[in-house]
Amino acid sequence: MALTGVLEGGTVVPTDERVIDVRDLRMRYGTKDVLTGVSFAARRGEVLALLGPNGAGKTTTIEILEGFRMRSSGEVSVLGVDPASAGEAWRARVGVVLQSWRDHGKWQVRELLGHLGAYYRRYAGPGRDRPWPVDDLLDVVGLTAAARTRVTRLSGGQRRRLDVAIGIVGRPDLLFLDEPTVGFDPEARREFHDLVHRLTDVDDTTILLTTHDLDEAEKLADRILILANGTIIADGSADELSRRVAGESEIRWTREGQRFVHSAENPTPFLRELLVQYGDAVTDLEVRRNSLEDTYMRLVHDFEGGRK
Amino acid sequence: MIETLKVGIARGLIEFRHTLTNGQDLWGYFFPSFGLLITLFFMDDARVPGTNFSLGASTLPSSIGMLVAFGGLITIAQYLIVDREDGTLLRAKATPNGMNGYLIGKVVAVGGMTLASVLVVLVPGVFLVDGLQVDLGGVMTLIWLLPLAVVATVPIGAAIGSFFDNPRSFGLVMLPLFGLVAISGIFYPIAAMPGWLQGIAQIFPIYWLGLGMRSAFLPDAFAAVELGDSWRHLETLGVLAVWAVAGLALAPVLLRRMARRESGSAVAARRERAMNSMVR
Repeated sequence: MALTGVLEGGTVVPTDERVIDVRDLRMRYGTKDVLTGVSFAARRGEVLALLGPNGAGKTTTIEILEGFRMRSSGEVSVLGVDPASAGEAWRARVGVVLQSWRDHGKWQVRELLGHLGAYYRRYAGPGRDRPWPVDDLLDVVGLTAAARTRVTRLSGGQRRRLDVAIGIVGRPDLLFLDEPTVGFDPEARREFHDLVHRLTDVDDTTILLTTHDLDEAEKLADRILILANGTIIADGSADELSRRVAGESEIRWTREGQRFVHSAENPTPFLRELLVQYGDAVTDLEVRRNSLEDTYMRLVHDFEGGRK
Repeated sequence: MIETLKVGIARGLIEFRHTLTNGQDLWGYFFPSFGLLITLFFMDDARVPGTNFSLGASTLPSSIGMLVAFGGLITIAQYLIVDREDGTLLRAKATPNGMNGYLIGKVVAVGGMTLASVLVVLVPGVFLVDGLQVDLGGVMTLIWLLPLAVVATVPIGAAIGSFFDNPRSFGLVMLPLFGLVAISGIFYPIAAMPGWLQGIAQIFPIYWLGLGMRSAFLPDAFAAVELGDSWRHLETLGVLAVWAVAGLALAPVLLRRMARRESGSAVAARRERAMNSMVR
């Protein structure tokens, strides 16, 4: 059952709740169309994961939303303002973590966070204390021990955590994270996930992240957007997406010390049969619907196939 | 605006401190100063041709003029190019008022380092050469000349820096600049140059900064060996003011263009290119 074309619908976010609102965004470099009509919206406090193969236009999309790149056409509103013409007050509400930075190598970690934080001081407002106090921030990202270390001397994972710290030092309303956990060990990754949850729960920060780690996307994101060939081919929670792709569920169980695997489009009748037949002799029973990875591969593959 | 100024100055002082505590940076800044001192030392008894004036006494203030011009033109340009490549500028762009803070910080840091490198030449230089004399008139000259020197060079330097986005193509700027120093009467009186070279030299600020510094540090009798037998303060003011106006008109446009083009993928592409050219 091949899925061709674009999934209809997507998620409807009421207009007045939209932190990000993108309609028919197009980008063309010379004669090459990189974005061919991207539309989506994000609500306050939501975590959106933008997935897609390399070259699908993820970075271009994010850079347009960050105000770092001019678009060819389409309507874009971020925090109620067009990023192409937004001012410094808007900039103060947006946090940016790009894929890799090598800047400020001579600075000490604490010195740099203190300095960059100072730019946000005047943008503090009711309900939003800015900047984040440096010592708390160091603690939150786990860099307290490295406070006096020069930035060039940080390990890859520490550097990445510093980038995240700089991205949130102004306590942004909206945070862009471009592959935030590349180079993290599992523990650092877990801590980072906790930090993301804290940002959305405590500060109501809206987060748009890109990642190639589908597990991470499933854990963090309220909603997943899949970008392929310059357009959004799927928009919904991991659960919704896997439901949309007709796939087979995998049933695993153990009986008499032997491990069994069976695939079925509809697992219910098979399971009933299995249990009627063997009853309690069936142990370690697992039913797994499409993983996000399966769904993703299927969607992207079908979409590309449909184009050929 | 005041807030940005404060943060920018704080930034400049931090960078100034980083430079002062970094051996490699210090060497980069002070190497020309040491070179100048050694040159002065060996000029010991040389005279300005056709006169009885000490060549060293004339070269010391000239070279201070040159150091100031270099600080304003080259150092700023180099910083802009390097900071663009490593993403420091993009970071500034991602921070509210970050670009202004960055530029203010650069002017403070480069100003501080230029002053330091001038002092490294001036203080021992005073003992090396005879005939320096700073009177009230000289101090008054410095009071208008130094700020004008900054305004006439820093924006132009920033414009140059925002124009090149590859550190390796920056040599294209350095070479003509050294040529300009050679014909600008820094190490050898400009009066001894052919007329057309004199004409070229007088278009650019290096000659005028050297002349202004000589007028501040040398007795008035030295003016006799200058073009037109005078310190030509009015002309100095005029030419430097034209450069200042041109720089202030040009720099914001070029800096804005540069800032507009900064993005994560631009930085990544530049790094890729740098890696490739290193491998080759």
